[in-house]
Amino acid sequence: MSAPAPARAAAATGARGDTPIVAMSAVHKSYDIGTPIEAEVLHGIDLVLARGEFAAMIGPSGSGKSTLLTLIGLLERPTSGEYRLLGRRIDTLDDDALTRARLDTLGFVFQFHHLIPAFDALENVAMPALIRDGRIDAAARARADALLEAVGLADARHRKPSQLSGGMQQRVAIARALMHDPPLVLADEPTGNLDTASSTAVFELMRRFNRESGTAFLIVTHDPRIADRCDRVIELVDGRLAR
Amino acid sequence: MGFAWRIAVRFLVEGKMQTLLLIFGVAMGVAVVTYITALIDGLQGNTIRRTLGVQPHLTIRPVKDVPLAGRLATPGVDAAAQEQPRAQRTRSIENWMPLARSLEDASGVVAVSPMAGGTAIALRGEGSRAVAIVGVELERYDRIAGLSGKIVEGTARLGPGEAIVGRELAEDLGVRLGDRFSLSISRDTTESLRAVAIFDVGVRDVNRRNVYLPLRTAQSLLGIPGGVTQLDLTVTEVFDAERIAGRLRARLPYEIESWMQTNSQLLSALDAQTLSTRLIRGVVMLVVVLGIASVLVVSVVQKRKEIGILRAMGASRAQMTRVFLLQGALVSAAGSVLGAAIAWAMVAAFTALVKGADGRPLFPIVLDFETFAWVAAGATLAGVLAAVAPARRAAALDPAQAIRL
Repeated sequence: MSAPAPARAAAATGARGDTPIVAMSAVHKSYDIGTPIEAEVLHGIDLVLARGEFAAMIGPSGSGKSTLLTLIGLLERPTSGEYRLLGRRIDTLDDDALTRARLDTLGFVFQFHHLIPAFDALENVAMPALIRDGRIDAAARARADALLEAVGLADARHRKPSQLSGGMQQRVAIARALMHDPPLVLADEPTGNLDTASSTAVFELMRRFNRESGTAFLIVTHDPRIADRCDRVIELVDGRLAR
Repeated sequence: MGFAWRIAVRFLVEGKMQTLLLIFGVAMGVAVVTYITALIDGLQGNTIRRTLGVQPHLTIRPVKDVPLAGRLATPGVDAAAQEQPRAQRTRSIENWMPLARSLEDASGVVAVSPMAGGTAIALRGEGSRAVAIVGVELERYDRIAGLSGKIVEGTARLGPGEAIVGRELAEDLGVRLGDRFSLSISRDTTESLRAVAIFDVGVRDVNRRNVYLPLRTAQSLLGIPGGVTQLDLTVTEVFDAERIAGRLRARLPYEIESWMQTNSQLLSALDAQTLSTRLIRGVVMLVVVLGIASVLVVSVVQKRKEIGILRAMGASRAQMTRVFLLQGALVSAAGSVLGAAIAWAMVAAFTALVKGADGRPLFPIVLDFETFAWVAAGATLAGVLAAVAPARRAAALDPAQAIRL
């Protein structure tokens, strides 16, 4: 495993080494505000995620899991309440600043992989470098190679997503999420679409990166076997945290 | 820019069919615009060249005779004056040499040629024709009308007693190269000349009417020794002629006429042609722009998920905007190159297929690099403009929604 994470993570946070990654208090989220179909999905969430945590988020459909994940992932803003990411107040930032914060601090893994079909596996993994630097330099290429090797896909680096199985695509997606060595990776049903063997492989991979590089994971899942093997389980019921 | 560049190129390569259709659409638009521009430029250039081939850009003549009032009316007495226009004498610019020198030094003037002109009867045997005698110094006159280049038989020279006649006049009078004929102004004033060359300026009337002879011979025939009836000028920029004429009018006591006054109808016809060409070009460009825009809008919808994931990973709105603007620019740049090739083929086909009665191309069409550079730059700009609306849509896409779908 060549991902040199803990050192970098410590350097990035410096003196605030013990600052939680996510600190939410009294966060509400409503949709269609001001219309007859206005609906509040999250009713006052208080949530803290510490560095290096390996947490599962469970809850029935419609409980607000995805919504909470998009808020944590800075893809949407809370309607009210306060959200600090690495100690920085985030709910008041504009779109460009949120985009930059996503690039610098978050990795995403989605249920449907969402690789870019026009790019091969290696380029998909290196995509965050292309976004940040406008090019994939030798260092970025080396890191992407190492990550592909770590997820067991060194031989598939030049295959397009369409030439990879679902499990392989998800491993590429995990490697991509780790490209910039973010302190937190958000995974939305990462095994939801995979058979048991692939699910286990994908889960073990995340677990291993968590242990070896100290990357925190928040995994939204319906699968109790996954949730049971996480260090912490966050349960959401009807837009409120149940545990 | 590297990000936008790589994503744009990959998106275009990925959607090969769409991209090829786009490039081909732009190419056809560019080809039509380039071809029409070259065609009209060639046509107008040819028209102006033909017009000016037999005409000086500027002509300076003595002012006409105007009758003066014979007597002033006595104060307090009403007088009715009656004026009658009088017949014009042959008037000449007496001291033309210093004037010609100062004109040659004037800015924008390339050449000055003196001319002693009038009418005469050309006689040979039984045949007689009314002709215009044009007395010139051949070397100077060539710089105005390039007569030496229009000689079809014989040698271009005007020694004493020599004349150059037009092809039609030579036929009418039965004059062959080396034959003598005479020019007669009145019963007492006749001059015998030898035809040393035959010209064809491409205008039958001129071929039939003009007889070129040495300036001195014409001066003595017309009875204006040392004088000229007009000075012809060539200017650097043909469309500056009227401006230069205005400047000269302010300082010279002569009548000064530019080719633009003489041919005002032709010029307004050319203007109308230019205007309608612009209209056609504008409409073609608009169609191209709409085509690019509609294909790119569809492409944004097709690529919702990819745009969403790139945005989620941290690509900014500005970066996504550039991805689509670049796609517009790239397809139109590629289309421009292909369009230039098509236009070139169209010009070649026109030149090969459309010929005059003599089997030569009707007029030269010039497809110069400048025309192409302008059209290509315009097309690429249009491509970027066409991509503005799709790019804004892509940038405004909500990544959270795009990912859920």
